[in-house]
Amino acid sequence: MADTMQFDLVSPERKLASVTAREVRIPGADGDLTAMPGHAALITTLRPGILTVVGPEGTADYAVTGGFAEISPEGVTVLAERGLPKAELTAAIHAEMMAEARSVVEAAHPSVVDAATKMLADMEALGTHMSL
Amino acid sequence: MPSLKDLKNRIQSVKNTRKITKAMQMVAAAKLRRAQEAAESARPFADRMTAVMSGLAASVGGSHSAPRLLAGTGSDQTHLLVVMTGERGLCGGFNANIAKLAKQRATELLAQGKTVKILTVGKKGRDAMRRDFGQYFVAHVDLSEIKRIGYANAQDIARDLLNRFEAGEFDVATIFFARFESVISQVPTAKQIIPAQFEAAETTGTSAVYDYEPSEEAILADLLPRGVATAIFAALLENNASFNGAQMSAMDNATRNAGEMIDKLTIEFNRSRQAVITNELIEIISGAEAL
Repeated sequence: MADTMQFDLVSPERKLASVTAREVRIPGADGDLTAMPGHAALITTLRPGILTVVGPEGTADYAVTGGFAEISPEGVTVLAERGLPKAELTAAIHAEMMAEARSVVEAAHPSVVDAATKMLADMEALGTHMSL
Repeated sequence: MPSLKDLKNRIQSVKNTRKITKAMQMVAAAKLRRAQEAAESARPFADRMTAVMSGLAASVGGSHSAPRLLAGTGSDQTHLLVVMTGERGLCGGFNANIAKLAKQRATELLAQGKTVKILTVGKKGRDAMRRDFGQYFVAHVDLSEIKRIGYANAQDIARDLLNRFEAGEFDVATIFFARFESVISQVPTAKQIIPAQFEAAETTGTSAVYDYEPSEEAILADLLPRGVATAIFAALLENNASFNGAQMSAMDNATRNAGEMIDKLTIEFNRSRQAVITNELIEIISGAEAL
């Protein structure tokens, strides 16, 4: 079995990363999971959180929100509505994202308010995790 | 017959116009390249999204628990037409073609006794639709202040659409935009986004292979609203590329026409000048002979 796999991080506007990885830690909607080469094919939605890529050249962290990850034995493709290297996620950007999530909660229709509230809580947790 | 001075002024004014259209053409060409790049780099996301969603839709679609964004409201009485055009003119038939397609569709739907609502994105489409369909307008999105179209813009439009859908304001939403084929060809296109439609060719079941976490329904319910935003974003980018393409060829034409006009006017100017000189010579000679 190969010990590396292809990892792609794609946002709506452009491809953010395309590297080989040994493992990818993904903040799944139902809990974190780590994908390694040969992982069973899986599709999971994302919650706002930190995605870690461990590759031959070291690790890289990305803050991602909204979207899904497609895991196959050969690789991982993450489609995130918003993704940026962890270092670029400043308190200001986080605050802006929080404000956006909050406005969604306020504007949300009753049928989706739970999802929007969870999104906001996850977003807050992400900030706490990074001590912003 | 215009005087020499008039002709000179006209030539100068056409020359100035040519300079402007030439500059606009070059600006459009530069913007077109950027717009094409943007459209291209957005493609991987949209493609994967559609592939996964169509796989899911194929496996969930039949069941009764299918989300309303996929299965529809069970009625197709109220149609929302989202007409996306440019914010500016001077781009040939670009805006008019999209508006024409939307008008056709609106007329058809009205003839079938359906209710039509119109949401316009872009000032030019709004102006074109106002005369005949002004009473159906429900909202307008102004993008004239935005230099570079981002995903956030598409998200705003999508959120508005989804809220209206949840509130039961419409049953079917269709977006109108121009698909970018080449610099000289932009095809006005109508695409139904709510309920979501997938081409049969795309639904070659990837779903059988994958595990889903959480359930297929939950993922689909999460992805469908994002799919709306993605579709709108793709349409905005295509539109942007089409607009710049259309403007570039329109301005290219205008530049060439101005050049032809300058040539014609210059010939006329030279002829008149020659006539004046001849006249003066005749006067001098006849004056000399009279002595």
